[in-house]
Amino acid sequence: MSIHKSTETPQAEAIAIDPHHWVENHADYLYKYAVTRINDEELARDLVQETFLAALERIDKFEGRSSERTWLTSILKNKVIDVYRKKSSGPGKNTIDLNTVQQDQDFFDANDGHWSKAHQPRAFGIEDKDPLMNKELNAILKRCMEKLPALWLSVFTMKHMDDESTDLICAELKVTPSNFWVIIHRAKLNLRACLQKNWI
Amino acid sequence: MNELKNIIYNCRKATFLIEKKQITALTLREKVELRIHLTGCSFCRLFQKQSIGINKMVHELFHSAVHKDIRLDDDYKKKLQERIEEQLDKN
Repeated sequence: MSIHKSTETPQAEAIAIDPHHWVENHADYLYKYAVTRINDEELARDLVQETFLAALERIDKFEGRSSERTWLTSILKNKVIDVYRKKSSGPGKNTIDLNTVQQDQDFFDANDGHWSKAHQPRAFGIEDKDPLMNKELNAILKRCMEKLPALWLSVFTMKHMDDESTDLICAELKVTPSNFWVIIHRAKLNLRACLQKNWI
Repeated sequence: MNELKNIIYNCRKATFLIEKKQITALTLREKVELRIHLTGCSFCRLFQKQSIGINKMVHELFHSAVHKDIRLDDDYKKKLQERIEEQLDKN
């Protein structure tokens, strides 16, 4: 975007860093990145600002191996993960009390593991048609996601939105691999049930 | 044989495997177990379809946002750039 005709040093290999145009070039992008992941406009704005300030502090560490935007995004990404971590940590939150979860969400018969009558999946119109284009359904999906416990939502979002590796998610959010799978499974059971309930 | 029977009737385990399969490779044993279960269980076949659809939707939720017009307001941006300039002057 920013072309400086005055400085005519054609050095294409090294990627330049130009804080004077950061806001102009990257602020909207970074804001969008943050707000789609944490769903909180004010917090997202703060994170963008923090990202720029943090980047300034370590500007000498920028090696020009990635683009300016990629570099800034990686700083922001870590800040988003910090938010996830804060939201979902706290006494007892990183382990799932399976008993309480099962009490209010008894999807399956305790004895044989079969779907309980009340929770058997029913077709509700997302099976064959392409559900992606449906705005209303998307809005419901968002609301259903927000109902998930913070840790579940963090795990689920990092996996299904950002395709993060399972190892990274476990390390960052301090969950054990076996708990990770329980969370992924439970989150989907709840989400699917919520969609069915609110869409039909 | 008993274990095979277990999976045939165990929707809890089958749905777990359906989720796992979408993220990582199943072991050969798990693959066989899931296939056997799905052959006989229409509920879990439906669950699988919906589960895959939901994952697509979640993925799309973010990727479509990239094209949406979400912007910071200009005032905020101006102040942000001023703060950056301030910091730059200090160094």
